[in-house]
Amino acid sequence: MSLLEVKNLSFTYGTGTAFEKKAVNDVSLSIEQGEFIGIIGHTGSGKSTFIQMLNGLIKPTEGQIFLDGKDIWENPKKIRKVRFKVGMVFQYPEYQLFEETVEKDIAFGPKNMGLKDDEIKERVASAAKFVDLKSELLKKSPFELSGGEKRRAAIAGVIAMDPDILILDEPTAGLDPRGRDVLLSQISSYHKSKNNTVLLVSHSMEDISQIADKILVMNKGNMFAFDETKKIFSKGEEIEKIGLQIPQITKIMIGLAKRGYKLPTDIYSVEQAVNEILRLQRV
Amino acid sequence: MLKEITLGQYFPGKSVLHKMDPRMKIILLTCYIVFIFFTKNYISLAIMAVSVLGVLTLSKVSPKLYFKSVKAIIFIVIFTSALNLFYGTGEPIWQWGVLKITQAGINTAVFVAVRIIALVLISSVLTYTTSPTDLTDGIEKLLKPLTFFHIQVHEIAMMMTIALRFIPTLLEETDKIMSAQKARGANFESGNFMNRIKALIPILVPLFVSAFRRAFDLAMAMESRCYHGGDGRTRMKVLKYSKYDFMALGVLTVIFVGVIVCNVMLPVTIRTGM
Repeated sequence: MSLLEVKNLSFTYGTGTAFEKKAVNDVSLSIEQGEFIGIIGHTGSGKSTFIQMLNGLIKPTEGQIFLDGKDIWENPKKIRKVRFKVGMVFQYPEYQLFEETVEKDIAFGPKNMGLKDDEIKERVASAAKFVDLKSELLKKSPFELSGGEKRRAAIAGVIAMDPDILILDEPTAGLDPRGRDVLLSQISSYHKSKNNTVLLVSHSMEDISQIADKILVMNKGNMFAFDETKKIFSKGEEIEKIGLQIPQITKIMIGLAKRGYKLPTDIYSVEQAVNEILRLQRV
Repeated sequence: MLKEITLGQYFPGKSVLHKMDPRMKIILLTCYIVFIFFTKNYISLAIMAVSVLGVLTLSKVSPKLYFKSVKAIIFIVIFTSALNLFYGTGEPIWQWGVLKITQAGINTAVFVAVRIIALVLISSVLTYTTSPTDLTDGIEKLLKPLTFFHIQVHEIAMMMTIALRFIPTLLEETDKIMSAQKARGANFESGNFMNRIKALIPILVPLFVSAFRRAFDLAMAMESRCYHGGDGRTRMKVLKYSKYDFMALGVLTVIFVGVIVCNVMLPVTIRTGM
């Protein structure tokens, strides 16, 4: 049984008005425990709507979502339980901070889950550790932190709920290159140590290709492709046709292959490319 | 949920009403409001009601949107009408204890209901067919004479423009913050009154913080573009009356005269000051 199964999921905005728009159209896929999945697509490709349906913030107009084999909308009153299991970090999550101290803000989720005080404390400490927030920062007001620290504090607030599935919507938006690398490696090591499932939305193929096992490509509300990272890049040219960037190194490999070199085109990291080119020279 | 609020929203279009000068629309709307309360008998009320419906058709905005704006106030209409229904003087038609309904009561109830609905509809026409910038431009031009009394008309208009501009932004922001807090298990739907008030804190604090941040950013952006108020400021689009404005003025003058004639010639159905 898959951890999360999505069947014929569709969502239409503003049914019956002039603004009617199908944001997500008939998406079916299944996600296994422990997978790291990258989601990529243009603005308006339906990726945000799609992930918000996964934790019950938006109710699908058609189709079903099964979490551990159970339809999440079977009992609408228990939808909050689903939200604890499927943690969601929104874009620019630092704008949701509101408590007096960082510590209290991170504890907001666990508190809503109805946990005991000492367990909340434990969770706050471990969540803060994952995103590398120093303990002296925890006593400060969230509004005194720097931009990057705020972002990490907000992410810790979701991690503290210890969700089975963690969804992050463009967590690196607006960060400088260094901050971006640090955050991505923190997410990656969180994934490895917890061995839970992570869904990462991004518009940067370069970022996603480095850490995701599988990639979901969305285009105009449809599922364009959902496959292992390597296989996705073997379709590099098709992906470029729908206007998405593929990693530079993949572009180079496709270009070389076109010029007659016998090179594979499903390469997405520089090391792989170097190995392949060296191999070709040796022959 | 919050996206459903249509009040004060603009729907771009190419109807005659969209082409009219905002100043003329504001003036005519004011006259409309006055005349809606001027109606004294069913004939003049009918004239106003029919003309309002005519204006709605001319606007070419979907009737559903008008229906929505009426739906928002339907409780106020029902409440005030019901109250008036029992407060009429004269011979009771129906009586039960202290409650009595008189012919005058029925009349006032009908008048109040029709007047409020007409008022909301005709005001919606203005906001639906006029972009916020045009609207404030019009208001600024119309209030210009007040500068004589040292009232900062330009500043008031600018404040209105900014306020209108940020309504959708703040609504969207509220929606986002609500989703983010719901994802952390915030519960807005159940619990007692105090709990519900408390549940608003996680929304209000971030909302205020972001409103102030936006205000600072905007002030900075305006200053760096050398904004210094209205003195000597010229406009890219200069307001001009067109033939549509004079046509509208003509037609509405006829309607208003009709209402006055009806009021004078026909018996009064409801007495004012009752």
